[in-house]
Amino acid sequence: MRRRVVAVLAVLLAASTLTACGGGGGQTLTVFAASSLTGSFDTLASRFEQAHPGVTVRVSYDSSTTLAEQIAAGAPADVLATADQQSLVAVERGHDLAARPVQFARNTLVIVTPPSNPGHVSSVADLAHAAFVVCDPSAPCGAAAKTILHVAGITAKPKSYEADVKSVLAKVQLGDVDAGIVYVTDAKAAGTAVRTVAIPSRLDVTNPYFVAPVKGAAQPRLAREWVALVLSKGGQQVLRRAGFGPQQTPPSPRVTTQQGSGR
Amino acid sequence: MTRAWATHDPTARPNGQVFGRAPAALVIAGVIGFAFLVVPVVAVVAKAPWGSVAHELGNADVRTALWLSLATTAISAALCLVFGVPLAWALARVDFPGRRVARAFVTLPLVMPPVVGGVALLLAFGRTGLIGSWLDDAFGITVPFTTAAVVLAQTFVALPFMVISVEGAFRSTDVRYDDAAATLGASRLATFWHVTLPLAAPGIAAGTLLSWARALGEFGATITFAGNFPGVTRTMPLQIYIGLQSDPDAAIALSLVMIALSIVVLVALRERWITGVAP
Repeated sequence: MRRRVVAVLAVLLAASTLTACGGGGGQTLTVFAASSLTGSFDTLASRFEQAHPGVTVRVSYDSSTTLAEQIAAGAPADVLATADQQSLVAVERGHDLAARPVQFARNTLVIVTPPSNPGHVSSVADLAHAAFVVCDPSAPCGAAAKTILHVAGITAKPKSYEADVKSVLAKVQLGDVDAGIVYVTDAKAAGTAVRTVAIPSRLDVTNPYFVAPVKGAAQPRLAREWVALVLSKGGQQVLRRAGFGPQQTPPSPRVTTQQGSGR
Repeated sequence: MTRAWATHDPTARPNGQVFGRAPAALVIAGVIGFAFLVVPVVAVVAKAPWGSVAHELGNADVRTALWLSLATTAISAALCLVFGVPLAWALARVDFPGRRVARAFVTLPLVMPPVVGGVALLLAFGRTGLIGSWLDDAFGITVPFTTAAVVLAQTFVALPFMVISVEGAFRSTDVRYDDAAATLGASRLATFWHVTLPLAAPGIAAGTLLSWARALGEFGATITFAGNFPGVTRTMPLQIYIGLQSDPDAAIALSLVMIALSIVVLVALRERWITGVAP
């Protein structure tokens, strides 16, 4: 059932791919990536194109679970980069990966408030008496936020379980809530539009990011080179600038976020 | 302009006697149109995990969402009726400058993506919004993330359906009845109440059904403006969307529930109101 739904999505996606590269005669590398990678992978894509004249990089951003399902249904991807381990494991189990996935970054959560900080939020504990929103627990950012609130002993309920992290950020930016829990990369991308409050490392929940070339890729060589670029010093610098943490950190004992999508 | 055709019922006469057989081109196009609308629904019915429907209905979250949807859409449809009919009347019967522009604005929520509508509602009624900041300062009222916000979002997207159908009904009823009532000394309000409104009743019934149906399916503006919290703002469409992330089969079972609910209400009320009231 689920497969069928996904297959339809994959066909639609394939159709949009065809439209997207209708004009060019060169090679196209298709990268499927978690939405939180948007800024960084856009930068890496232009670098890759500069280094490979005639090659066009097309990145499709979506939640990690959706991307994994699309690949399982035969969507034409060369590389997959996810914001969690779980969705990659599913793809790996279906023998759809050309190589073992490699962790290339990690992302942590922070509290953001409007610049004026109307709810006087300067710590996790302050959420108890503030109007705040989090992601829905079905998304990794929501599962992580739930863990943080639980460990911090906060029983106050959020105003809303937002569908994804971008909606949480939007509610804070519009000033409709006092605070929200988002990825540090989202907070960084928002710049001065939000004020960031760090979450102490004892509560910290980390999402590992993985990348792997996809089996049956139209561009297997380019796919391997993309993985290499992501892991290279330059690639890591781009990710670090966006706020991602370094790869290969030992997993924290409280990692409960390795499921669902990486939005 | 003569409106004599409006007074007799074309369906009372058997088709074949006067017009001959239906043209094949029209029939084929009509059948394709019908199939396109029905096939996706049939697919849900055919592919649905029927066994889990009962299980899903036993889920407290689902029942809460279902109840919230029914309650909020009933209020939204009532609001559409109370505000949409007078608005449609003004657009149909009152000559005022800028009427065409006003009509365009009324249909704007139809073409606006619902998520954009939700953002617009936040900018208007949100804590820092045009009206919302005043509400917050003066009365301490915060609209977003409340059930009232769900009703506002639903009414925002559903009201155009009411206005368009009722305006069409007002425009197609004979103005001479209004004139006759006025000549006999009825006030404009009495004319509206006793002449214009009953004549437009089928259109009003259709508009109410359409706006209720639109409110029931409303998702984008609701999740953007009202948020998503169980029992407060998580209506059925939101429950289904959240379910799709974690348990697609459950989400499909819930879609089935919503389709069944819509069909029952639409078929029952349509028969009763529209055919029943029609001349």
